[in-house]
This record gives sequence, structure tokens and C-alpha cells, in this order.
Amino acid sequence: MEEKEIKLMKGNEAIAHAAIRCGADGYFGYPITPQSEIIETLALLKPWETTGMVVLQAESEVASINMLYGGAGAGKRVLTSSSSPGIALMQEGISYMAGAELPGVIVNVQRGGPGLGTIQPSQSDYNQATRGGGNGDYNVIVLAPNSVQEMADFVDLAFTLAFKYRNPAMILSDGVIGQMMEKVVLPPQKPRRTEAEILRECPWATTGRSKLRAPNIITSLELMPEVMEQKNLHLQAKYRQIKANETRCELTKCDDADYLVVAFGSAARIAEKSMEVARAHDIRLGLFRPITLWPFPEKELQNAAAGKKGILVAEINAGQMVQDVSLAVGGKIPVAHFGRLGGIVPDPEEIVNALKTKLIDNE
Amino acid sequence: MKTEIIIAGFGGQGVLSMGKILAYSGLLEGKEVTWMPAYGPEQRGGTANVTVIVSDERISSPILSTYDVAIVLNQPSLDKFMPKLKPSGTLIYDGFGIVNPPQRNDITTYRIDAMDKAAELKNAKVFNMIVLGALLKVYPIVSTEGLQKALYKTLPERHHKLIPLNMQAVEEGMKLIE
Amino acid sequence: MNNDIISPENLVYAKPELMNDTPMHYCAGCSHGVVHKLVAEVIAEMGMEEKAIGVSPVGCAVFAYRYIDIDWQEAPHGRAPALATGIKRLWPDRLVFTYQGDGDLACIGTAETIHSLNRGEHIAIIFINNAIYGMTGGQMAPTTLLGQKTATCPFGRVPELHGYPLNITELAARLEGTCYVSRQSVETVAAIHKAKKAIRKAFEASMKGLGSSLVEIVSTCNSGWKLTPVKANEWMQEHMFEKYPKGDLKDTTSL
Repeated sequence: MEEKEIKLMKGNEAIAHAAIRCGADGYFGYPITPQSEIIETLALLKPWETTGMVVLQAESEVASINMLYGGAGAGKRVLTSSSSPGIALMQEGISYMAGAELPGVIVNVQRGGPGLGTIQPSQSDYNQATRGGGNGDYNVIVLAPNSVQEMADFVDLAFTLAFKYRNPAMILSDGVIGQMMEKVVLPPQKPRRTEAEILRECPWATTGRSKLRAPNIITSLELMPEVMEQKNLHLQAKYRQIKANETRCELTKCDDADYLVVAFGSAARIAEKSMEVARAHDIRLGLFRPITLWPFPEKELQNAAAGKKGILVAEINAGQMVQDVSLAVGGKIPVAHFGRLGGIVPDPEEIVNALKTKLIDNE
Repeated sequence: MKTEIIIAGFGGQGVLSMGKILAYSGLLEGKEVTWMPAYGPEQRGGTANVTVIVSDERISSPILSTYDVAIVLNQPSLDKFMPKLKPSGTLIYDGFGIVNPPQRNDITTYRIDAMDKAAELKNAKVFNMIVLGALLKVYPIVSTEGLQKALYKTLPERHHKLIPLNMQAVEEGMKLIE
Repeated sequence: MNNDIISPENLVYAKPELMNDTPMHYCAGCSHGVVHKLVAEVIAEMGMEEKAIGVSPVGCAVFAYRYIDIDWQEAPHGRAPALATGIKRLWPDRLVFTYQGDGDLACIGTAETIHSLNRGEHIAIIFINNAIYGMTGGQMAPTTLLGQKTATCPFGRVPELHGYPLNITELAARLEGTCYVSRQSVETVAAIHKAKKAIRKAFEASMKGLGSSLVEIVSTCNSGWKLTPVKANEWMQEHMFEKYPKGDLKDTTSL
């Protein structure tokens, strides 16, 4: 058996390697802490000399997302990355991509806000990511990696989902996962798609009009409200389909648990340790980790939460995912929130203490 | 077996790279590892720290409340991390510039004078390898052979000629522990 | 039924094949229609019908994609050069061009314009400068002349309040990434011929990978200017050409 190639690298570096290996055609980005290693690693690896992947440092995040729009509209596998303030700048482009139904991958290595905020880790872009983020009724598929391995694995997954549904997909990470080094097994090198494959997979793309078809027009504009409503209804139907098919989550020791902690991304890693600490003190705590934040794994959480004494939502923000958790359990079970703000990352014991004070002591 | 380590000092003392070599050595020996730096402007002259976990099993949180081992290389780091050592944990500190020495009876404390040793070796750059040697004497998390292999794997080839000097520094560091 | 106007021996002029029969939304007298025709003709004459990808702006030309039967992307306001950059970098053998107005190119999209030109992207930019915002109803543009009245400078543009007209084409000519920068107009047959040659050169330079090209077409907006089409042409000749003189500003193409 061939030995797997195990590497030690940062989450940000894993994104860069994985992008090349999954046959991405282009990366467009602008440096911002704590994710600049993504474009730096790509620049060092020079994929334009090997796979032919384009890497371009744009003049701004606004330009980056619009280069993504152009590339995606022309049927290519393209990605960009940034951190919270830069992702805020990209929202216009993401909304246009959702409206024009373009597949593209956006990586957000979150830092604390609002405004310029801090460069330290945060999960305070949850609402922005899961509620669309820009103007109009739309959703972006959101994947939340909790390890360097998942940073690598989710790049290809995000592309697959983006192209399957012709919709932007976001990898919502944070400064912890981006800066941390861990073991990672990189995916095998896939070839980039050939022109013939792109034309077959993306008959809608602006690749140059052949005489055999009508012009392809990529636009989100429609001035007739009746037609625009139909277009919106089509989008909503697509989102329902994504909700039905694509929820992902991970359950750890939920079966025998009295309490659940619900956490995503880096907070889920910290909460996993909290679970160990709690169980050492005879508190039976289980961990429910949403992997897709949109679509949120509502039904899976409902099932896991049945009969529990309480749920603590641990996130590195002022209480965002807790709203989705509350909606899912529908007031049947006490739900409390614990978070740290401003770039402070909670440690495992803080979460256990919050469980005690906010739920167990109140019984 | 799981060892949870914090390494802290001034930026420029080689704190992050020491952690990286340790993590990589662990990886080569088939262990699970995480390396979580405090990142940002503190790399440029302020304080720097990195959490390294080396374990036989899956590692949950890369962020910790308490540590098995603290390696501290300046006073602010000593003040910050000594209280976070687990009972019967291990503290290794460099004596240079320490005005308030550690006072905890439930831990094992080693004072090393790696800064002086580096000066003696006339090479300030190997300071962090001296410290790493001291750690490995107290806590043989990885073997010196594993460490040497890690250096060959992680350093660019043009720096390979410096590896014997670095391994000598590790040996000197080990000698600092009585 | 025999219609001898279109019998071949009587044909002296034909609509370019790439132009379809969709009725244009442009005002009578507007320059856009003529420039659209030139773009369609040049693409066909170069044999690039199956390789051309246009990027339309936000502004009056937002619907450019309705009239010329090639593949198009419609860009967010000002971002057309970024889209074109993405497309061209990933499809280097395609003819990629943007078609933008003054508000789109010289105001909200200034950064994208300057930086794509400065990188020397192998794209061509067609820039319609009519010194006013047509689509939103005649407001001040970055290229609005001093003294010119618009809905947002109803007493005339004054530098103390509104700043100066931006001559972005001159800026473009100074950038190392550009190989061809030209300013033309389409109010006379002679001018139309020159404008077409300029567009052709810009498109060819992009396909030869010589750098970025920018062709400004000084244009009229008789609706926004509140003039008849004929008067608008006269006003353009009298006032616009002084601030925006015609001719090649830069040509390193040897084409």
C-alpha cells in the first residue's frame, strides 16, 4: 500500500495546496491578516508553471471578488480568500454571483470586528455568512472546517457543491484554524478540466458563442418585476433543494449525554476538550458540530437534542448561531449561549464553567 | 501520553521556530501534533508564544487553559504562564532578566542559563536550540535522532550545514539540566 | 412580395450580422448605437464571433448584451475591468473587452480601470464619455465640464464645490501597462471611420498580447444635455473636444 504523504502545515497553507491539487483554475486575492499565507503560499508554489493555475494579487477585495465573478462566469474553478473586513467588501460581488448563479469559492479566515477590529480570531461573521450577507434574498453554501485537514478537504468539496448548484460556496474559518499547524494529508493532484470538459459541464458559461447556440449572458439584472419574481422563486427552490440534500454535521458522545454543547469550527475543537473536562467531573456532555452552517443541520440537531437537559452554544461571538439552535429546538429545551469577543478565544474550562452557571446551576 | 506545552518569550528569541521543530519531530515519530501561535504584531519585538501539543491520541483543543510544561524566556511570560501550569507540571525558565523568580512548590522548576551558554558558544542564534535541549532532557518527548531528522526535513538545503552546530547546542542544553 | 430595397443589386449598406433585431432602448441621437455597430463590425471582420466575450457596465449600456450576439457578462457598477481580467487570464485566447460609460469607468470603477490598465491586462476597454449620467437622469459625471449644468450641479459645475473634470484617458496613456490609448468620436462619417479603426487596433493589440488598450469615444447625451441630436453634436464639438481632444494619445503597438 502506498504510504500517505503526511505534512505539517498551517490551515492557510493547506488551503493553497488543496486549491492547486483539486484542479482550481484561478485564485484572485488581496493580503489581509490572518490569512495572507494563502496567497503567499500560492506565489511560492508557482502553480502557473505546473497545473496552469492563475494566481493574481488584485488591487482590492472588491476587484478580487469581481475577478472571481468573471472567471466563474466563464466556467472556470476560481477561488478567493480574505478575512472579515475584506469579506465585508466582497459582499456586493457575492450577491451578484448569487443572482447570476455563478459557482465560486470564497474563504473567510475570520478576525474580530466590527470595523477594522482586531486581527485575532473570531466567529462573528456567522450571521453575515449564513444570511446571505449582501443585498437581496439569497444564500451562500457555508462550510466550517475545524482542523487543518478539513481546510484542505473542504476546498474540493466547496467547488463540487458550488458547481452542482451554480452558487457561491464559502469556507468559514478563523484565525485559529488558519494559523494553527497540524498534520494534514493533502488530496491527490487532479488535473484541471480541459476546454471540452468545461464546455460540457458549463453550457451556460461565457466561453465564446459557438454557432450552435444562442449567446450566453451572465447577469443578475431583470427590470420586469414579474420576471424577477420568477427568478427569485427559482433561486428559493434551489435553496430548498440544498437544504434538503446538503446538511452536514458531526456528533460526538451525544447518545449518553445529559447536556449538549453546540459549536462550529475552532470553537468546536475547544468544546471537544471541554467535553473531556466535563466528563472527568461526571457531567455527561456531548458535542454537536454543524459542518454546514448554511444549510444549518436543523433536523439532525432536533434529533440529537431530544430528551437532553440543556444546550450550551459556544461560539466566539456575541450570540449568532444560538438563534439557529433555538429555532431548531423550538423552545423545548433550555438553550444558553457562551462566547468571548474582540479576538479573545475562550479556553476549554471557561466553556465548562459556563455550562455549570448558565444551565446546570439553574435547574 | 499527551504533553501540552507553552513556549513564551520575546519575539526574535526563536520561540515559534522552536515550537515548529518540536512539532515536526513529533510528527516524524508518528505522533499527533498541533502548533498554535499567538500571532500578530507581537512577532515584531513584543512577546511571542506558541502552544505545542504532542500526543499519542487525537488532539481536541489547540487552545488550552493549563499546561504540562511551560518554557518561559522572559519575566512577562513567567508571570503570565506559571499560574497556568498544572499541579506537578514542569517549568523551565531562562534566568536572564528574571527579577521575580518563580515561587510554586507544586511544580518542578528548572532554571537554565541558556542566554549565557549561547554567549559562551558565541552564537546567539542557537539560543532556542539550547532551550530545546534542556526541555528534551527533562521531557524526552522526541529523540535527538528524531529532532535531527526534523531539522533536515524542515530547513532549506542551504542551511543544512548549520545543523551540526544546532545539534551541538541541543547537547549543551541537555547538560544545563542537573 | 418583392421589396427591391433589399434586392442584392440595390444593397449599399447592411446591418452587421452580429447585431440582432432587438429594438434598442437608447434615446434617438445617442452615440451608443453607432459604437455598438462598430464593435459588432470589428468582431466580425476579425473573425472573432465565436471567441469574443464582452463585459457590459452599469449605466445606459447595461443592456449592451441584448444587441450584439456574442457571449456577455454584465458587471457590478465599475467592476467591468476586474471581470475582464478574470476572464482573459483564464481564457487567454479569447477576445475580451469591456464597454463602459464615464460614471462606471472614471468614477466608481476608477481603481479597477487604472489597475487593470496598469497591469497591462490583455483586454480592450471601450469608454463612452458623454460627460453626464444618462441612465439615472442627467446627474454630474466625473467628466462633466466646468460650467456644465446637470441635475446635481443645476447651476453649473464649479471646482470649489464639485472638483475638476477627470481626464482619465490621459492618465491611462501614462501607465506602463497600456499599449494603445486613443480618443475618438462618432458624430460624422469621417469620425466613425476613425473610431472603427481605433477599436480594431485596440482589439488586435489585446489578441497579440501587447498590453491594455483604451478607446474613449467622446459622445453626446442629447436627453441629458436637453438638446436636439443635431445641437448636441454641435455642443460636443464646441465644448467637449477642447477638454477632451481627439487623436491617439499613445500607440506602441506598431499595428
